[in-house]
Amino acid sequence: MSPALRAFLRSPPGILGVALLLVVLFAALSADWFFPRDPLSLAGRPLQWPGQNPRLLLGTDNLGRDIAGFICHGARVSLLIGLVATVVAVGLGTLVGAIAGFYGGWVDDALMRVTEAFQTVPNFILLLVLVAVFGSELEVITIAIGLVGWTAPCRLVRAEFMSLRTREYVLAARGLGVRDAGLIFREILPNALPPVIVYASVVMAVAILMESALAFLGLSDPNIASWGNMIGAGRSVLRTEWYVSAIPGVAILVTVLAFSLVGQGLNDALNPRLQAV
Amino acid sequence: MTAHPASQGAPLLALRHLSVRLPKGADREFALQDVSLEVAAGEIVCVVGESGSGKSLTAMAILGLLPGRVTLDSGAIELEGEDLAALPPARLRAIRGARIGMVFQEPMTALNPLMPVGRQVEEMLEEHTDQPRPQRLARVQALLAEVGIPDPVAAARAFPHELSGGQRQRAMIAMALALEPRLLIADEPTTALDVTTQARILALVQEIQRRRGTGVLFITHDFGVVAEIADRVVVMQHGRVVETGPAQQVLHAPQHPYTQALIAAVPPLAPPPRAMAAPGPAVLAVSGLRKTYRSGGILAAKRVVEAVRGVDFTLHQGETLGIVGESGSGKSTVARMLVRLLAADAGSITLQGEDLLALNVSDFRARTALIQMVFQDPFASLNPRRRVGEIIAQGLRVHGTPRAEAEARVAEMLALVGLDPGAIRRFPHEFSGGQRQRIGLARALAMQPAVLVADEPVSALDVSVQAQVLALLAEAKQRMALSLVFITHDLRVAAQVCDRILVMQRGLVVEAGETATLFAAPRHPYTRALLASVPGRGWQPGAGAAALSGAE
Repeated sequence: MSPALRAFLRSPPGILGVALLLVVLFAALSADWFFPRDPLSLAGRPLQWPGQNPRLLLGTDNLGRDIAGFICHGARVSLLIGLVATVVAVGLGTLVGAIAGFYGGWVDDALMRVTEAFQTVPNFILLLVLVAVFGSELEVITIAIGLVGWTAPCRLVRAEFMSLRTREYVLAARGLGVRDAGLIFREILPNALPPVIVYASVVMAVAILMESALAFLGLSDPNIASWGNMIGAGRSVLRTEWYVSAIPGVAILVTVLAFSLVGQGLNDALNPRLQAV
Repeated sequence: MTAHPASQGAPLLALRHLSVRLPKGADREFALQDVSLEVAAGEIVCVVGESGSGKSLTAMAILGLLPGRVTLDSGAIELEGEDLAALPPARLRAIRGARIGMVFQEPMTALNPLMPVGRQVEEMLEEHTDQPRPQRLARVQALLAEVGIPDPVAAARAFPHELSGGQRQRAMIAMALALEPRLLIADEPTTALDVTTQARILALVQEIQRRRGTGVLFITHDFGVVAEIADRVVVMQHGRVVETGPAQQVLHAPQHPYTQALIAAVPPLAPPPRAMAAPGPAVLAVSGLRKTYRSGGILAAKRVVEAVRGVDFTLHQGETLGIVGESGSGKSTVARMLVRLLAADAGSITLQGEDLLALNVSDFRARTALIQMVFQDPFASLNPRRRVGEIIAQGLRVHGTPRAEAEARVAEMLALVGLDPGAIRRFPHEFSGGQRQRIGLARALAMQPAVLVADEPVSALDVSVQAQVLALLAEAKQRMALSLVFITHDLRVAAQVCDRILVMQRGLVVEAGETATLFAAPRHPYTRALLASVPGRGWQPGAGAAALSGAE
């Protein structure tokens, strides 16, 4: 992996993405240290502008919560949701895509019809349905976001498998008597992963956006400090105290941008045609 | 071969001390260094060399089509006395096509798949001349007829995929000739073609050169092709010209050690004498093997291709059985059915008395060690993400060999194929094509198979490496008491390696026999056509030095 790592470090978007990501990560990890209080508790008079009170750096929202503390604690939630939902989406998508692409024929037909059933429903509507049915706890939301996003990685992995399964090294392994599971996981999958890794960064960004969108509509878990919750709370004072929505909005923007840039950097690093030059 | 009177005065094309620089960080500083060569009108000059010799880059430099970051460093490219290296791109564009025609290796990718062939030829005329449409169309017909396309009217309307490989290459040549260039550059134009098609295209190139007095710069890796058409030969190695001279002289009395080594590596077409040992017991018996490919489904049109239509043969202990044929003959399909990478539709494959096709999947898996395969493409047949040690040990581990024993066997196999023991920790991309093919062979041999199926094992290799791999195969065969099924399209290789040969055409075995008998007295017309198409069949590598000195 070392030439890929070197290529990654040579790509400016990748470096910028990693830097932004480190900032977000630092905010998440240091939240308890800088803001030991419960982020959902009352910190001061509601709707103080940023800078108005030196103790509350980014001011307070309409419920009197410290926005700075809320943002830092919210980073944890967003990263957690992004990470877990991505693992669910990419894991499930890879498994289904690998099986469909490897076996082809009726297995592929059946699995692809299921994928299409998911794809025909708009992602966010499906998410709303899942949340409406199963409730809005953090765990449910995270898994629901993962379930909504598995079809795209699935198709990607399937396409890779279909082209890789007839490669001579796969045939050679088959000729040596390697079982199907060995062929799928040890021969083909490692070679199919690079585009999936790149795509995972997109899935992660989308997962964070989806949770925010749910929270904005007031359908997310109200008992957690999520950025979307704060944007939703600021909606009623959007015309006067716009910063209540804008600050968590910037946090989301930075995080999503960070993941996208990392994805672009990975794409540059893992693309052998760019590496060769 | 007819010697051509070199035209008087300035040559048509002259490269003088041409050097081409590679970007920083490449494996060498110069792609071409001090390359000088001349092509006279009405002369075929062959540039030969192995991969990486810079022969294709020479053509690109002449056309001003060097890839980005590869730059012309010094030297002159003179076309009829005019230095192309000094010309601005716009002038060069007018010269390409009009005064230099170009034919590429793979006509399927060099032609636009969405445009009828006739239209593509016409485009050349449209771009470079003011001829009115009717005149252009008439010219297209005349050109297609000239390059020997049977039905020019229909061919002009056809799309590239509707023509055969040979027809496509003829259309490419028609395009290159459209503006009557004085110089034709052909970069491996027959490498992607079958041997019988290759013979016809080579004849066409020669005919054009004779009829029009065109100078031809012909780039090839194949000394057989050189012997077939060259008037003069330029031998390249690592971006330098190592030898140049008239074809007869270079082919029969090469001066430079590299040329001598290259020519010595070309397998002679005559089979070597073999001790006629009594055939051992039968190891593998195949009868009535059939395979039909069906594609299309409920909505798509059905296509049925009968790839193999009943093949029978017996392989005896210690024997090498060759299966030769052109693309589409079904030889690779047979190979894959032998190791059950493809399911046979009918027939039986009896290995050491047991019908492999009757076994279920897990019973067959237990017997995979007995019959192993070596693949054609050394770059595609090794998993790029696994270390060489893992690749070779893979089969052993699958069959339950303990790790220590497997490691010992890997070391033994690496020694057998002549690779250094440190190779186990490295990845496939760190090796050259020939070394990778050795790794592929080690992987198959580690299983200690009774039968080895080799599907074009040396076709992707340079001629000198090819000779080494063939020698290694022969040695391994002897040491491990292997029986070999050797699939190839190259009759020269078949002559050297095989004890018996099956000739396949369109899924059927048309002739089978002892190699010596088959080469000396082919019975089937197709076998005769194949043998007559081998380029340079009249030339005996290494045997002609005495003959030449006698003739002069």
